Amino acid sequence: MLKVEDTQVPVDFSPELISKFDDIVSRYPQGKQKSGLLPILHLVQAEFGWVSVPAMDKVATYLEILPIEVYEVASFYSMYFLRPQGKYVLEVCRTSGCCLVGAEKIMDHIEQKLGVKEGEVTADGLFSWRGVECLAACGFGPVLQIGPEYTFYENLTNDSVDKLIGDLTAKAKN
Amino acid sequence: MGRKLLLEHINVPGINTFDVYRSKGGYASVEKALKTMSPDAVVEEVKKSGLRGRGGAGFPTGMKWSFLAKPEGVARYLVCNADESEPGTFKDRYLMTYIPHLLIEGMITSSFALGANTSFIYVRGEMMPQIRILEKAIAEAKAKGFLGKNILGSGYDLELYVQPGGGAYICGEETALLESLEGKRGNPRIKPPFPAIAGLYGCPTVVNNVESIAAVVPIINEGGDEYAKLGIGRSTGTKLISAGGNLKKPGVYEIDLGLPVEEFLYSDEYCGGIANGKRLKAVVAGGSSVPILPANLILKTINNEPRLMSYESLADGGFVTGTMMGSGGFIAYDEDACIVRNTWNFARFYHHESCGQCSPCREGTGWMEKVLHRLEYGHGKQSDMDLLVDISKKIEGNTICPLGDAAAWPVASAIRHFRDEFEWHVTNASEAVSRNYGLAHYADPLPTPEPVAG
Ligand SMILES: Cc1cc2nc3c(=O)[nH]c(=O)nc-3n(C[C@H](O)[C@H](O)[C@H](O)COP(=O)(O)O)c2cc1C
Ligand code: SF4
Ligand code: FES
Repeated sequence: MLKVEDTQVPVDFSPELISKFDDIVSRYPQGKQKSGLLPILHLVQAEFGWVSVPAMDKVATYLEILPIEVYEVASFYSMYFLRPQGKYVLEVCRTSGCCLVGAEKIMDHIEQKLGVKEGEVTADGLFSWRGVECLAACGFGPVLQIGPEYTFYENLTNDSVDKLIGDLTAKAKN
Repeated sequence: MGRKLLLEHINVPGINTFDVYRSKGGYASVEKALKTMSPDAVVEEVKKSGLRGRGGAGFPTGMKWSFLAKPEGVARYLVCNADESEPGTFKDRYLMTYIPHLLIEGMITSSFALGANTSFIYVRGEMMPQIRILEKAIAEAKAKGFLGKNILGSGYDLELYVQPGGGAYICGEETALLESLEGKRGNPRIKPPFPAIAGLYGCPTVVNNVESIAAVVPIINEGGDEYAKLGIGRSTGTKLISAGGNLKKPGVYEIDLGLPVEEFLYSDEYCGGIANGKRLKAVVAGGSSVPILPANLILKTINNEPRLMSYESLADGGFVTGTMMGSGGFIAYDEDACIVRNTWNFARFYHHESCGQCSPCREGTGWMEKVLHRLEYGHGKQSDMDLLVDISKKIEGNTICPLGDAAAWPVASAIRHFRDEFEWHVTNASEAVSRNYGLAHYADPLPTPEPVAG
């Protein structure tokens, strides 16, 4: 479970981030700024790696809505992380189409390679992984994606997964 | 070979840019509609085309458009459903990735027809790369005067925005999508009122699938009557099929509706047959929500007629020996596929994706997942199959939105057609756990379909 102290670290929204919020909110009619909630939460997660309670409270203040309106949305949708994750979260499709072409074996391989179970973070803080539902690329499976850009990798093999993990490790160390 | 209306230029280098797309005749439908047609005339062409919604339900698009309420002084909206999350379906992502301007063009022409001045493309949040592609295409179209104020001097204004989802299959259901677009949880609304009367922000709204919107482009360019000449019967035009699973050549194919399933599966022009020299065991023809069929019944109907890729032929035999076109997500299972494991996989999906508003769906999907899990992992009982059918019946028809039915049908149909395999998982539990495949229902040599008890 999420420890309360984890969630109390104050966050600051930079003027650049706020101007991105402003741009989003300008798309909707007067008074319908709440429509910006999902896109804004994506921006917050891209910035901080996850969505903390203080961040959600700040979003609520920005959108002039109640904090609970933010919490209930952030907890409903599967893309928002309500606790810290690895720097790179490998999200592998675990649904039928990909399972037919080896997705389960890929997940086993990732688990072994990283040495952590689904949802856990590696000791160096670099990686976590999880199975997600169909990513609309079933003909090119197995597939995985990595936020916050949601870069997409298709036709995975153990070798391509090893290379990917190697490349990301090298990138993080530079 | 069938005619390509949507994917004709997909392999042209640079077709994702405005200039190349335009040089291939792109945005002609916008010019034709805005300069020479009235909005109602555009709706009329779509009606004539016989186009049926490509998102899954197959409701005639022109008819849906004509239901849109038009009270004075109230905004109207067109929202494109690009939430594509139905397992087995990957055509919309493909189209948006490679030929984004086709969707933008369709959105402009369709928004004009409906009198919408602000339109949204709601894209599932995981498709961030596609969101970036669409935003770039929108900026290009705007710079060329195809979006914004007074488009092509016609006096018509349109702003088009891309809205990301947050990762929830249920937001593909149109009223859940609208809730989500309003910044809320994706809980489907009780209907009526339908979105055509009270949709986004309570205003009249049309929600259409990506492929439906894209199809408006050739319909306006060539005329509804021309479009209706393609296809078969009430299944007019072409359809994108997402072909996946154990196929030699998985991918997205544009077919003329009416193509025989056998040709689609085995000819080199399409899927090229089953991968690795294996035999076909089963097919899910329209995305995970439609009934699964064993090989013999997907290739031939119960009356021994060739099964065609059309709304009517796929549904021939109802739920006893037929299935549905759905979203065109075509998953092929080879002889090694375990139907019990696959059914558990689907049940887990629906349990995970249930929004939790109605107890039959929230609880029933959980129970189905649990019972299927124990069957798959060697702890099943002979009574479990009846239990599953019983749960599925208690969900079906008793929920706010069709996700409940969509969860019930795959389970009920798998037991209907593959009960022996489920039973075998009970009687031969340890073998079923250790070897990850079930019993054979092969198609070749093609057996005569046997009547299946309802
Ligand atoms: C659970 C559920 C999920 C759905 N997912 C999608 C989807 O991802 N994309 C889509 O276009 N339609 C989806 N639909 C169908 C939509 O509710 C709606 O019928 C469709 O977007 C209408 O567009 P069309 O008439 O152009 O097909 C879904 C329906 C349900 C019940
Ligand atoms: S049927 Fe399921 S998904 Fe649909 S509204 Fe009810 S609980 Fe939600
Ligand atoms: S089943 Fe994996 S992308 Fe669809």
